[in-house]
Amino acid sequence: MNWEIVMGLEVHVELATKSKIFCSCTTAFGGAPNTHCCPVCMGMPGTLPVFNEQVLDYALKAGVALNCEITRYNKFDRKNYFYPDLPKAYQISQLYLPFARNGAVEIETKAGSKTIRIHEIHMEEDAGKLIHSPFGDATYPDYNRCGVPLIEIVSEPDFRSAEEVLAYLAKLKSTFEYLGISDVKMEEGSMRADVNLSVRPVGSETFGTRTEMKNINSFKSIERAIAFESKRQIELLEAGEKVVQQTRRWDENKGKTFSMRSKEDAQDYRYFPEPDIPPLRVSEETLTKIKNEQPEFAGEKAERYVRDYGLAKEDAQIIAASKHLAKLFDDTVAISPYPKEIRYWMLSEILYFINEKGLKADNIGFSAEKFAAFIEIMAADRVNKPTGKIIFEEMLKTGDAFDIEGYIKANQLEQVDDGDLIQKTVREVIAANPKTVEQYKNGQTKVLGFFVGQTMKALGGKAKPESVNRYVKEELDTL
Amino acid sequence: MEITKELVTYVAGLSRIKLTAEEEQKMEKELGAVIAYMDVLGELDTTGKEPLSHVFDIDNVMRADEVKPSYDRAALLSNAPEHTDETVVVPKTVD
Repeated sequence: MNWEIVMGLEVHVELATKSKIFCSCTTAFGGAPNTHCCPVCMGMPGTLPVFNEQVLDYALKAGVALNCEITRYNKFDRKNYFYPDLPKAYQISQLYLPFARNGAVEIETKAGSKTIRIHEIHMEEDAGKLIHSPFGDATYPDYNRCGVPLIEIVSEPDFRSAEEVLAYLAKLKSTFEYLGISDVKMEEGSMRADVNLSVRPVGSETFGTRTEMKNINSFKSIERAIAFESKRQIELLEAGEKVVQQTRRWDENKGKTFSMRSKEDAQDYRYFPEPDIPPLRVSEETLTKIKNEQPEFAGEKAERYVRDYGLAKEDAQIIAASKHLAKLFDDTVAISPYPKEIRYWMLSEILYFINEKGLKADNIGFSAEKFAAFIEIMAADRVNKPTGKIIFEEMLKTGDAFDIEGYIKANQLEQVDDGDLIQKTVREVIAANPKTVEQYKNGQTKVLGFFVGQTMKALGGKAKPESVNRYVKEELDTL
Repeated sequence: MEITKELVTYVAGLSRIKLTAEEEQKMEKELGAVIAYMDVLGELDTTGKEPLSHVFDIDNVMRADEVKPSYDRAALLSNAPEHTDETVVVPKTVD
């Protein structure tokens, strides 16, 4: 039987306010355990939480960006549960009147574009972190994170593949980065996804029994968790068994999901209106201001790059997806007439350092001005590409203090495009390798590369590759 | 709403409270009285009244996003029946 995977996502995003949602403790990540705490976030009796206005501003920005209807009169509710990650024994959240509803996010996959519907977005407080003793019967809660503001984005069950889920998460990440409302770092937990997953025979209209996977904290893990859990459910159903509705924890090291038994029977949250936090009214003025403050997002930016600079769509999308890369591109292209050269170095070198060497897009050491100066040298063909890579790497290491001209001079890196010199060197290389010349004459044209390489080496790697190619071919063919 | 023994046990379970049979009986009676008292409200005619979501007619009570120094950790932890120098100690929550 052919199966279809059906998924809905609950994405928690920590908002980048300075202080917590209901008290003035810092939201800084890390810190010694329980040092970012006060009687409010430690849930002491008799304390009065007061709502942080910046949370509403950030939340509304997200709601508008995800095309939601904003609930002009929204309020908080009390979600009761007894678990030591929240010392009040309840979480202040929004159930009955969440601030945003009925949104939509366009995603793009290989199959084309698709709309993912947003059911609602609500504001709530984050819980603390539990550290379990490896030995005895003890758990040590760290409440530094307790009370950090969150928005939870609840999608409709519109996902059919891991690829769609990843495209959606990447879109959310990029959108929130552009809005400047969150760090959106999955590895630090500022963006977390819970995946509700069920399977059903292809063509079926009804949903299967779903499980909810929690604790997934990287794009790679999400892909693995979806693959594992869908396979597990399909195998159960094909063996004539049933999927049990439950919450499952993804274990990254074991590559499996596990039933979370401890919390299973505590799903009755007994919500009621939160008496400590008065309702929120969003004025027409506020909403207009929020709408006017929406930045140019990745999609529009990519379109502009294609239209104005002739970039390929895929290249434009990669640059535009990151606020920081797009800023470097925008700033450089404003002062340099070589957009394609800029694109080349961003996509080949910068992306390589981000993907392979842990470079952070928000921490590129050189300015647009420095980058433009480098681009100028490359566009003028003053050094060849391999040498350019060496210079680029130095520039990345040293940052704006790097003296490109001085470096080129000191290391004599200027490109050699002296026809006589190249021709002379090619002849020397040919004379020194008679056997390889024979191979070439016998039709093994791939040895051409050997002669090019040897010539380049003899010229210290600085020759213009196109010229070397041309001379090598000419010389060999006239033999 | 009727308070039954089952309901008392259920609510106690959700709140992780252990009750003796005697306490359960007492709770059943006391909670029943509390709920019955609230039933008085049902006698009021609320036709045409909007449901209230807050007892006072106020909204948008907010503070500026400013960090203030957190509390002394030792003072906070001293409220817990069991703690280390860094954290409260609770029974282990995973198997």
